[in-house]
Amino acid sequence: MTITSSAGSDITPQAQLVTIVVDGVAIQIPKGTLVIRAAELLGIEIPRFCDHPLLEPVAACRMCLVDIEGVPKPQPACAQVVSDGMQVRTQLTSPIARDAQEGVMEFLLLNHPLDCPVCDKGGECPLQNQAMSAGRPESRFEGEKRTFPKPINVSAQILLDRERCVSCARCTRFAEQIAGDPMLELLERGVRQQVGTAADQPFDSYFSGNTVQICPVGALTSAAYRFRSRPFDLVSVPTTCEHCASGCSLRTDHRRGTVTRRLAWDEPAVNEEWNCDKGRFAFTYQELGRVETPLIREDGQLRVASWPEALDFAARGLAAASSHGVLVGGRSTIEDAYAYARFARVALKTDNIDFRVRDSSDEEAQFLRSSVAGTAVRTTYETLEKAPVVVLIAFEPEDESPIVFLRLRKAARGGTRIYSVGAAATRGLAKMRGTLIPAKPGAEAAVLAELAEHVRVDLSTPGAVIMVGERIAGVEGGATAVLELARATGAALTWVPRRAGERGALDAGALAGLLPGGRPLTDDSARGAVAAAWGVDSLPATVGLAGTALLTAARDGAIGALITAGVELADLPDQILGRTAIEAVGFVVALENHHSAVTELADVVFPVAVVTEKSGTFINWEGRPRPFAQAFKDALVMSDAVVLGMLASAMNIVVGASDVAGIRRELGALGAWPGPRAEQPSSPAGQVVQGAYLVATWRELIDSGVMQEGEPYLAATAHAVAATVSVTTAGALGNPELVTVTGPLGSVTVSLQIGDVVDGVVCLPLNSPGCALYRDLGVRSGQAVTIEGAV
Amino acid sequence: MITSGLTPVITEHWDKPDLYTIEGYRRVGGYQGLATAIKMDPDAIIGQIKDSGLRGRGGAGFPTGMKWGFVPQNDGKPHYLVVNADESEPGACKDIPIMLANPHALVEGVIIASYAIRASHAFIYIRGEVPHAIRKVAYAVEQARASGLIGENILGSGFSLDVVIHSGAGAYICGEETALLDSLEGYRGQPRLKPPFPAVAGLYASPTVINNAETIANIPYIVDRGVPWFRQFGTEKSPGFKVFSISGHVVRPGIYEAPLGITMSELLDYAGGIRGGGEVKFWLPGGSSVPMLTAEHLDIPLTYEDMAAAGTMLGTGTPMLFDNTVSVVKAVTRWLDFYKHESCGKCTPCREGTYWITGVLEKFEHGRGSAAEVDTLVNLCSQIAGRSFCALGDAAATPYPAALKYFRAEFEAATSTSADAQFDPVASYVFAEAATR
Amino acid sequence: MTISAETRGQLLELAARYPKPRSALLPMLHLVQSVDDEVTIEGINVCAEILGITSAEVTAVVTFYTMYKRKPVGQHHIGVCTNTLCGLLGGDAVYSALSERLRTGHNEPSADGKFWLERIECQAACTHAPVMTVDWEYMDDVTPASAVEVVDRLARGEQVESTRGPVIRDFQATEHTLAFPLDGLVNDGVAVDEKMLVGLRLAKELGMSAASIPAGEA
Repeated sequence: MTITSSAGSDITPQAQLVTIVVDGVAIQIPKGTLVIRAAELLGIEIPRFCDHPLLEPVAACRMCLVDIEGVPKPQPACAQVVSDGMQVRTQLTSPIARDAQEGVMEFLLLNHPLDCPVCDKGGECPLQNQAMSAGRPESRFEGEKRTFPKPINVSAQILLDRERCVSCARCTRFAEQIAGDPMLELLERGVRQQVGTAADQPFDSYFSGNTVQICPVGALTSAAYRFRSRPFDLVSVPTTCEHCASGCSLRTDHRRGTVTRRLAWDEPAVNEEWNCDKGRFAFTYQELGRVETPLIREDGQLRVASWPEALDFAARGLAAASSHGVLVGGRSTIEDAYAYARFARVALKTDNIDFRVRDSSDEEAQFLRSSVAGTAVRTTYETLEKAPVVVLIAFEPEDESPIVFLRLRKAARGGTRIYSVGAAATRGLAKMRGTLIPAKPGAEAAVLAELAEHVRVDLSTPGAVIMVGERIAGVEGGATAVLELARATGAALTWVPRRAGERGALDAGALAGLLPGGRPLTDDSARGAVAAAWGVDSLPATVGLAGTALLTAARDGAIGALITAGVELADLPDQILGRTAIEAVGFVVALENHHSAVTELADVVFPVAVVTEKSGTFINWEGRPRPFAQAFKDALVMSDAVVLGMLASAMNIVVGASDVAGIRRELGALGAWPGPRAEQPSSPAGQVVQGAYLVATWRELIDSGVMQEGEPYLAATAHAVAATVSVTTAGALGNPELVTVTGPLGSVTVSLQIGDVVDGVVCLPLNSPGCALYRDLGVRSGQAVTIEGAV
Repeated sequence: MITSGLTPVITEHWDKPDLYTIEGYRRVGGYQGLATAIKMDPDAIIGQIKDSGLRGRGGAGFPTGMKWGFVPQNDGKPHYLVVNADESEPGACKDIPIMLANPHALVEGVIIASYAIRASHAFIYIRGEVPHAIRKVAYAVEQARASGLIGENILGSGFSLDVVIHSGAGAYICGEETALLDSLEGYRGQPRLKPPFPAVAGLYASPTVINNAETIANIPYIVDRGVPWFRQFGTEKSPGFKVFSISGHVVRPGIYEAPLGITMSELLDYAGGIRGGGEVKFWLPGGSSVPMLTAEHLDIPLTYEDMAAAGTMLGTGTPMLFDNTVSVVKAVTRWLDFYKHESCGKCTPCREGTYWITGVLEKFEHGRGSAAEVDTLVNLCSQIAGRSFCALGDAAATPYPAALKYFRAEFEAATSTSADAQFDPVASYVFAEAATR
Repeated sequence: MTISAETRGQLLELAARYPKPRSALLPMLHLVQSVDDEVTIEGINVCAEILGITSAEVTAVVTFYTMYKRKPVGQHHIGVCTNTLCGLLGGDAVYSALSERLRTGHNEPSADGKFWLERIECQAACTHAPVMTVDWEYMDDVTPASAVEVVDRLARGEQVESTRGPVIRDFQATEHTLAFPLDGLVNDGVAVDEKMLVGLRLAKELGMSAASIPAGEA
C-alpha cells in the first residue's frame, strides 16, 4: 500500500459514512446503522415496542413504520438499514407514517386490557406513553377482548399476565440471545400467541428479572415487586450491586425508607442493560436481623450500650491486648477496607490482617500481592468481548460472576473460543460454546503445565485472556501454574474474585504484607511513604499473619484482640477452626450490620451501615472503580470507616480521614505503586488426593448465602440440588436416584444427576439448602468423599 | 402464441394408471429432460429457464430463472433447493394432484433444478395433511434413488444429490417461503426478515432456491422440449401452460391444463358452465388471497399481466366460481376466519387486524352489522395491507374491499338480515338438488 | 406413554435425516403422535433431549401447528373442510351432521374418545368439494349422509376405503406415515380420479394436445 498523504495516517480508519435525511434533517452516520438509531441521534423518537438495541431486530410490532422515499410501503425503522441518500419521513412529517403508526397502536390496544390503574407498569409503561403520543383518542373496537386466566407463573419469581402481552418477543429473544436460556418461548399461534414455558419446566434463568424490565407492557412482573407500589411514588437512585465482583450499575427504587425494587442500569462498559436475579431481587436481607445499637458483653451476655460506653469499652479492650488481628470480610467498599488496613497498622500496630474469610492459601496471598493488587486495568468487559481466546481456570462465570458470563457468551456468539479448566463441562460452559479441559480438582496446576499445544498456541494470540477464579486458592501450585502460563503465552491474566469487596480490599492493603496500591510492606521506601502519608513514624515492618495462619494463631491463644468486619464463619472451609479461633481470642470487636455467629461470640458489637445507608466504591474484577452514593440520604447508620475513626479517637489515636471523600483523597494521593512488587509464588503442583470420589464444588449463584435471606421467590428459582457425576461414575454407583455423600463431618443425601464430569469426581453445590459442604461434610474442593446409593 | 384450447403437458399421461411409477413415467418419455440437462453446463440450464420466461406458479409469479440466477456461485457454501408443496391456499388444488398423479415430473424437476443451482441437497416440503400425496412423492424419490437418478454421481456426471421429503404439520403460513424455511429448520413457521433473501441466506443461512411444486414440474418439459416450444404457449409476459383447478358451482369441476392467456369463459365452457344453467356471481382466479371478480370479467385472459390490469392477480391459477345461491358476506367472513386462524401471530396488524375484522364480519353474517362498520372495515383492511410483516396480512386485507366493490348492497343488507336469511345455505350445497328431490 | 427403545431409535433416525438435526422436529413430533395418540409431555422432553434444545422450544413448535394435539385424539381423526368453498358447497352441513352423530364439537374428542372432530381449513381438494378427511386420508365429494355412514362404519369396525388412498387404518398409523412415508401402501387406491382427468379426457375428445405441436416449431 502506498500512503499518498501523511495527513490522518495515524488515525484509525473510520467506519464508512453515509448521509441520510430524516424529516428534512441530514445526518452522516456509519453504514449499517438502523434508521431508528439514526433518528435517535437527531433526537427524533420513533415509537417502538419490539425494538431493543441489544437484541436482534424482528420488526414484529410494526409500531416504528416510517415513510421512505421511493419505497411504496411504510417500512419498520428498527430493521431498515440506512443507505446513502435515503430520505426518511417519520410520524413528525409524514401523514403516511403517522397513519400507519396510529393504526398499529389501535390494533395493539384492541386486546389490551384497560387495567392500567392496577398494573405495575402504569406510569412507566411504553404502551401507555406511546398510546398517548402515537395513538388516536378513541378506539373504534366494540368487540370482545381476548382474555386469559391471570396471571400464570413462568417461574416462582416471574408472573405473566398474558392479556397484557403485545407479542413483542423481547423477553423470549432476551432468554435465547442474551441469557442462553430459551426456556421462555412464544407458544400457540395468531391471536392466541402467548409467552409461556414447557409444561413441566419453569423459566429458571439466573437472568429472568431482565425480562420484567424490558417488557414494554405490564405482562411480566416479579412476585417480589408485584402490586407493591406505583413507579411515580418511588425515589430512584443509581447504585452499584454489592453481591459479586461483576460491578453492575443498578437503580435502587425506594419508598418510605424501604427498598422496593432494584433494576439494571444502563452501563455499556460493564453490565450493558442487564443484571442477574441475585443483584435484582436479593436486597431484603438489608432490613433483616440488623444490629441496631452498640452491644457490649457483660457477665457473659451482650447488652445494649450507648456509643460512648461501647467505644470506651472497645478502646480499653484493644489497648489491653498485646497482639491483634483484623478480619475484613470480602464485602467492604474500598474506603472501608482502607480504613481497616490503616487502623490495623496505625492504631493496632499490627500487620495481622486479611480480607479472605474463605478458602485461602499463602500461595494465593503471594499471587495477589505480586500480580493483582494495585495493578492497572488491563482486561475489561470490552476486551473480553473482542478476545480471540479466553481460558477459565477455577472459575464458573454463570454462578460466580454472572455478568462476566453474559459478556463471555456474547463474545462466544461473536467467535471467541472459550476453554474451561475444571472437572465438569457445565451448562454455563455449553451456553458459552466452551470446551472443557478436564482436570480433577487439585490437578489443575498439573493440567496447566501439560496444556495441549493448540491451546497454548491459541493463548499466544494477541488479546487472549486467562481468567482465574478465587477458587485457585484451594489448588496447590495453582496460582504458580497460572502465572507461568501467562508468562509463557503472553496472555493477559485477570483474577475474578467472587465477592464485591475483595478486589477493593486488596487494593486498599487489607492483606498482611501489603499496603495500599499494591505496595509491598517489606519494601522500605513503600512502607516509609505510606507511614508518611498516614502521619506516623513507622509501620510494622514484618509481614503479619493471614488466612489460616492467623486463625490458627488465634485458636492457639496468640491473638489477644480481634476486629471482625462482615465476617461469616460459615464461609470458612474449616468451620471448627473458625469458631474455636474466635472463641479463643480474648477480646473480639465486631463491626457488623447483621447479627451472626461472630456477633454471638463478640465482646463488643458496633452496628454499621449496609450499602443503601452509605456511599462508597466497589472495585470490580476489571479493577474498575464502581462508586455509588448513599441511597437513603437521611440514614443515621455509620459506615465502618466512621466507626473505626471514632474507635481510634477513643484510643486517642489519629488515623486520618474517615469520610468517603477524605479517604478517596488519601487513596488518590497514594496512587498505585510504581516500584518493585512482592515476589511471585513458586509452589510446586499439588498431588491429587487419593480416593474413589473427589469433590468439585463452587457456590451457585442462588444458594444459602446470607445476603439472599428474605427473598423466597428468588430462592425458589435456584437450581435443584444434586450430585452430578459422569455416566461411568453413576454406573459404578449402580445408577441410584439418590446418593448419600459422606465426609469427615457427616453426610448429605441428594439426587444423582448425570453430567459431563470427569470420572471419579462428584460435583456438589458448596452452600445450598440441604447441601452445605463445609458444614455438613467438612470437605472442600479436591477432597475425597464416599458415595453410596440411598433409598 | 397459443392462448386457447386445452394443452395437457404435465397432465398429458394422467390416464395411465402406472404413471406414478418410474417405469410408467419412463414409458412416456420421463427423465429425458434430466438426461439432456445433466450433460449441459448448469449455467446454461439457468439461462434456458430464464429464456423460457417461466414464472412461479405458487402465486407471486416471480421469474424462475431469475430466482435461480440470484444464487451466488463458487461461494464455498452448500446450496439448497426447497420445493414448496405446502399447497394450502383456499381454492388451490393443483400441486397435490400433480404429486399424486405425476410425482416423477416433480422429482425430475428437482434433480435438474438442483444440478443447475449446484445444490447437493433438496427438500420437498409437503403439507402434512396429505399423506396420500406424500406417499407417492416419497415412493418416486425412492425409485429414482434406486435407479441412480438420486444419490452419488448421477448418470456418471459427478453430480450428487440427496432429496428429503418433509411433512409439514398444519400451518398455512408455511407457504410463505421464509416461514417455510423456519419450519423446515424445526421452528415455528414464522416469516423471516428480508434481507437477507433466501437466495443468499436461506436454509441453514446458505443460498437457497424455493420453488413451487408446479413450477418445478414444468422444468423437465422445458429442458426436454426447448424454449421455443414452451414459449409458443401463453403470452410474452406469461409464457407456458398452467394446471388450472376449477372448483365451485361448475358442472364439471376438475383439473384442466391450458395455456396461459385462456379466458375464464373458455375454461368455464370446458367445465360445462355453471350448474343448472346458472350464472357466475363472483369468481377468484387464484385463491382467496386475490381480489374477486364477477361475470363481467370472464373474458379477460388469465395471465399475470391481464389479471393485474383487472385489479386482481392470477395467484395460484386455480379458479373458484360461485353462483347466485352464495352469500358473499358469508364467503368473505369464512375467508377472514381462515386468515385469523392462520395468522402466525408475529406482527401486530395481521394478528390483531384479522381478529377484529373477523369479529365484525361475524356480526354481519348474523345480520347485526352496522352501516358505519361497512366503511370502518375498509379502513381496518387498509391498516393491515402494506403494513404487515408478510403477504398473509395483505391477503387477509383483500377479500372484503374486493367484495364490497361489487356487493355493497349485500353488506348493507346484513345490518338487519343475516346471510342465511338473505341466501338459503342449502341452495348453495352441491348436493342440494339431490337432497330436495 | 413410554418411548420404547424402538421409537427412540426411529427418532434418532429422523434426526439423522437432515443436515441439521433440529430440522427433524416436525416429523419427530408426528412420530410421537403415532406412538402416543397425542404430543405428550414425555414426547416433548424426549425430542428436546435428542435435539439438544429445551422443552420450551419444542413446546413452542408443538403449539404452533394445528396437526399436533395435546389431548388423545382417539382412534380416528375426522376432519371436515369448512373453509369458504367446501363449507358453502355443503361442508357446513357435513360438519353439523357429524357433530350431531359424534356428539362433539370442533377440535374435541367424541364422548367415547374414539373419534376426534375438527373443522379443517382448505385441503387442496376444492374440485372435490365438500371434502372430509379420516385420519387425513381423503373422502372426496361427501354428503352429510355419506359422511355419517363413514363414521358409523368405522365405529362398527368395518373396512372403509378412502377415495384416493389405502383402506383407512387409524390416526396413529397415518402419523407414522408422515414421519416415514414409505409405508408400503403406495399402490393402494387410485392415483387419479375422474375429476383430475376431466380436462385431459375432454382434450382428447376435442383432439386438443400440446405434445402434438413439435418441439421448436413456433
